[in-house]
Amino acid sequence: MSEVIVVTSGKGGVGKTTTSANVGAGLAISGKKVVLVDADIGLRNLDVVLGLENRIVYNIVDVVEGNCRVAQALIRDKKNQNLYLLPAAQTRDKDAVSPEQMKTLTDELRKEFDYIIIDSPAGIEQGFKNSIASADRALIVTTPEISAIRDADRIIGLLEANDIKNNRLIVNRLRPDMVKRGEMMSVDDVVEILAIDLIGVVPDDENVVISTNTGDPIVLKFENSLAGKAYLNISQRIMGNEVEYLNLFEQKSLFSRIVKAFKGN
Amino acid sequence: MGIMDFFRKKDTSKDIAKDRLKLVLIHDRADCNTELLEMIRADILEVIKKYMDYDEREMDIKIGTTDSETSNSPVPALFANIPIRNIHKPR
Repeated sequence: MSEVIVVTSGKGGVGKTTTSANVGAGLAISGKKVVLVDADIGLRNLDVVLGLENRIVYNIVDVVEGNCRVAQALIRDKKNQNLYLLPAAQTRDKDAVSPEQMKTLTDELRKEFDYIIIDSPAGIEQGFKNSIASADRALIVTTPEISAIRDADRIIGLLEANDIKNNRLIVNRLRPDMVKRGEMMSVDDVVEILAIDLIGVVPDDENVVISTNTGDPIVLKFENSLAGKAYLNISQRIMGNEVEYLNLFEQKSLFSRIVKAFKGN
Repeated sequence: MGIMDFFRKKDTSKDIAKDRLKLVLIHDRADCNTELLEMIRADILEVIKKYMDYDEREMDIKIGTTDSETSNSPVPALFANIPIRNIHKPR
């Protein structure tokens, strides 16, 4: 049975697109057939994060307006045969698509794919409403900052009001060193305040920037990095598998660092 | 400032963030849920009208903040400003 999952946050710049790309790629690595839908019409970015920006012919607005068939607009990922992108239109605005059209579109995608991941735009207006119109569940992305958490709280309320259940929280860009010093809210603090179940913790990791620079999902390029592992774990949990959380507070002893130096990683 | 305050560990910025966030969310949740305040209002009035007459047009029920003896920062509080017209005589 296929599932429509919306990735949303309220606040912009907390990592919705990176999360969509990597969770989607993680599911595809596990053999699931996945389509990533960029619902950020007018400000598309999922294409560049995936490195597929040069392959776009048709987009989501072309599909809902009947200018092409869905299959014509879908772009297959370079490295993973199970992963597809349905790009947003860049020259239109959010009103070009209605919630009803999104439902029709996702119903058609459900026939072909195991997971339909919708990358929601920031905000709570039309683009957000479109993104949640057909969602079975939501992944709410936040960073451990007041502004992001506040917006996440609003989003959680709106999702519940729209009868979208089984929503899960991803705490992104955690800095364990700052948490240790008491200068950043911990995952427990965030979970306590938002009162929602956690599905993943992604540490702040420069590999995310590097993989975005080259247009490769981090789960494919740096699968052994902390952020890469964290995203792969989230994908496993989405599929219903229990995975232990990474220990982000590990003390590196001198010995382990020497061993690491000899091993060359 | 009491002697205990002097010895108390200074709040880290994380503690400050958490306190501020909790406060802001109480306001947000109440503002976004006007039904909740309406229900509280109706229930309070139901009780009060057993004992007194009040001016319905002038009354105001809202969530604000107040200084607290146990916390350094303001804490959320429910304010009910209900002008009394007449108090019923005890029977």
